[in-house]
Formats: sequence, structure tokens, C-alpha cells
Amino acid sequence: MSASGLFIIFVSALLVNNFVLSRFLGICPFLGVSKQVETAAGMGMAVTFVMTLASIITYLVQIFILDTMGLGYLQTIAFILVIAALVQFVEMVIQKTSPTLYQALGVYLPLITTNCAVLGVALLNIQSEFNLIETIVNAIGASLGFSLAIILFAGIRERLEIADVPAVFKGFPIALITASLMSIAFLGFTGLV
Amino acid sequence: MDLNTLLLPVAGLGGLGLVFGAGLAYASQKFAVEVDPRVEAIRDVLPGANCGGCGYPGCDGFANAVAAGNAPVTGCPVGGADCAKNIAEIMGVEAGDAAKKVARVICSGDTKNCKEKFDYFGIQDCKAAAMVSGGSKSCAYGCLGLGTCVNACQFDAIEITDGRIARIIPERCTACGKCIEVCPKSVIHFVPFEQDVIVDCNNEEVGKVVRQKCNVGCIACQICVKACPFDAMEFSNNLAKINYEKCTNCMICAEKCPTKAIYADFEKRRKAEIIEENCIGCTICKKQCPVDAIEGELKQVHKILEDKCIGCGACEVKCPKKTIKMK
Repeated sequence: MSASGLFIIFVSALLVNNFVLSRFLGICPFLGVSKQVETAAGMGMAVTFVMTLASIITYLVQIFILDTMGLGYLQTIAFILVIAALVQFVEMVIQKTSPTLYQALGVYLPLITTNCAVLGVALLNIQSEFNLIETIVNAIGASLGFSLAIILFAGIRERLEIADVPAVFKGFPIALITASLMSIAFLGFTGLV
Repeated sequence: MDLNTLLLPVAGLGGLGLVFGAGLAYASQKFAVEVDPRVEAIRDVLPGANCGGCGYPGCDGFANAVAAGNAPVTGCPVGGADCAKNIAEIMGVEAGDAAKKVARVICSGDTKNCKEKFDYFGIQDCKAAAMVSGGSKSCAYGCLGLGTCVNACQFDAIEITDGRIARIIPERCTACGKCIEVCPKSVIHFVPFEQDVIVDCNNEEVGKVVRQKCNVGCIACQICVKACPFDAMEFSNNLAKINYEKCTNCMICAEKCPTKAIYADFEKRRKAEIIEENCIGCTICKKQCPVDAIEGELKQVHKILEDKCIGCGACEVKCPKKTIKMK
């Protein structure tokens, strides 16, 4: 696969098929941890790390364990196992290295376990029959896409906090409307690749 | 059936699980974070209902806040005094005795007492009902009795009576405040658990208007204010209100209230009793009694007139010999 092919995969995962705004995966942390840019960036980093690592490991698990043993039907549960273990690991590392970030992410950190974007990218890698390099590029693209979406969204929400929003729309309603508008904006990338 | 179809997945997934487990076990030691042991100890003595009544997200959050010194040891409304004592022990401080509080529906205007403005057939929920011109009750301050608070209560402490009004069972109430939050009429208030006399009305309208709407409303006559021997009855916005710190549960106000808007459990009314052999006849108690229920001359054993005594306890407090007991 040429460099341009990899670039197309990257851009596709980052913008065109943005996991949050086009595929609608990982909505829970997208809405939950997007009140401040800082925590959103932390969440984005954690997801990026977990997603990339999970993609690599799930790819290896798929090739070397599931395929060789003919256990393709165990794909989902095996991947969830990988992701859960990884998230636990990331949680420990973050708690040790950055208690502030750990506090800020709160319950959403263990919830990456059930973040469908992570499982989604792992499953899509296998479905699209990517090789290892493509898998990594796709995972990085997808997770950066997630980070991009959540950080942009957090930036908007920070401004919404001080904006004069009608009482009925205060809080989550206006956030949901904003999210849908962002999603429409990202639709503009359709047909780019 | 081929045994391999069974063994392979077990071995495959089991192997994966083992590897990850071992990896995590290693990592948990490598990245072990020292947690304040008090946090865990406090969490263990908390009720674990995660109700959020303390204002923190769940019992964990509260335990953290207490250990960090941001929350008072008495902050858990559910655990009550015992829980506070345990936490205080862990933190090495005195709990103090915070009086136990319970939530109470401040309204007696059931279907018999309070007139309806119209028949409500909408969603059986107080919040929805309150949006239709403030609810079907003629009194805008009363309990709508559709049970929004019942659903919010995690402790089964609220029931709806036959008169379509919510009642809170004090023994079950943990004062978590959930019902107070959801009530669209703000008809639920905290009252001290020991309090036996309560003004069961929120209506701030003038007496004439209240009378037209409800048989048991406070009509702002202020008879209770004048009757109270202890100045415990406060009055503002056409509504009598008991100052619970001054109130002695003597129940005179409830007796005098013309509309019976003041609730009192007369069965709980106490009576003073003088232990005769200790009485020195100082007459202090006699002077203290607001209802002249004590008779006796100087240097003679005094006597309580049971039918007059209202059980306020004023004499018990003042007796220099501590020879008056309330029972």
C-alpha cells in the first residue's frame, strides 16, 4: 500500500467517517466529558491511546489466535476483553501519573471500556481487511477524529456556558443541538475520498 | 461432537484472560497509588445507597470529601447519628449531636378538606398536573397528591393517603431531600424528628381566601402566636411558623387553632411529675409554669395538676433540685 493509500485511510477515518459525528459512535463521553476543553483533551488523549493500542492488539489477536484457531465467532467478546484490560491499565497509569486528569475524567474513564468507538474501530479494521500498518493508521485517524470532535465541541460548550441561551434550551438541549449542527458540518466532507 | 470445538474457545479466551489478568496484576503493583486509608474506612461505614443526599456524587465522593476535610462528618443524612459517630471516630473528631431531621408534607388539605378547582384527567404526575393552571387544587400551596415524591423516594417512606395527599413515614425517612427536590409545589419541608407540633399549612393568602378554599388552612388569625407561652410561634406572610428551637411541644397552639391547621399528636403529650421526697418547696417551678398547673406553698411539697399540665417542660429545666421529670 502506497503512502497515498495510507493518507486516504487516515483522512477518511479522521474527517469523512468521523466516528462521533458521522458514525455516531462514542456519544456517551462526547456529551459527558465535553464541558471543558482541558478535560476533553485529556479524554481525547486517553481514547487515542486506548484505541490505537486496542487496534494493534485486537489485530494481532484476530490474526494469531482467532483465525489460526478458527474462533472467528468469538471476535466480539475477545475484543471486549482486550479493551477492558487495556482501559484498566490506562486507568492505573493515569491515576498514578496525573491525579487531576483522573479526577476530571471521573466515571468516564472506566466507561471507555464500553465506548463503542473503541470496539467499533477494532471491528472495522478486521472487516475492511486492513493490514497491520493500515490498522494503525486507521486507528490513529479515528481516535484523532474523536479527539478533534470532542475538543471542538468542548470549545463550543465553554462559550455556550456564558451565552444567553433561552431557559428551555439551557444545558443538555442546546448541547445536543450543537452536536447535531456539528454533525451536519462534517457531512460536508462526504465525497472527499 | 468434536471435543476441540469445546476446548479451543475455552483455551483461547481463557488464555487471553489469564495473560491480561497477569499483566494487570503486575501493573497494579507497579502503578499502585497510595489512597488515604480513611477514605475506604469511611466508605465502609456509609450506608452505600449512593442517593446523593449529601450533595456529592455517591458515597465514594462523600468519603473523599470528608477525608479531604471538605465535608462535615455529619454530612450523610441517611446514616444519621450512628453513621456520623463512626465517621467522626475515623476522622478523630467529635461528631456533635446534630438533631435528626425528617421530611414532612406541610399540607393537610386532602380531598375532604380542600376544594378542587376542576377535575384533572392528565398524566398522573404532580409536575405535569402543576403545569395545568397550577394544579387542580383550589389552594395553590397544597399537595397535589399524585405521587411524584413517592417515585423519587428510594426508601419507601412516602405513601399517598385515601384523601389524595402525600404522607411521609418519619421512621423510614432518611432526610435525603429527594422528595423536596422533585415536588413542584415545594410543599415538603424538613422538620426535626422529635417535633410533635407542626403547622401543616403553606398558604400565604389572607384568612378569608384560605377559608373559602380549605377547611384546615392557616387563616392568619394569630391566635397561636398569642397563645404560645414560649414565643416560639412566628408569623409572616399570613402564615404561622414554629421556631423549632424555641418550641417545647406543649401543643397549646394546636389546641387553640380554630381551623386545626396545626398538627399535634396529643397522645405523645408529656406530663410533669414531681418526685416528692426531693422537693424543697422553692416555688420556682410554680412561677415558671405558663398554665398554673403547679400548686403548693413555700417550703411545702408542690403538686402538679395533671389535667392542667401541658408538658412543656419549663419547670423541669428550672428546678434547682432536678426533681421534676417529664413522662
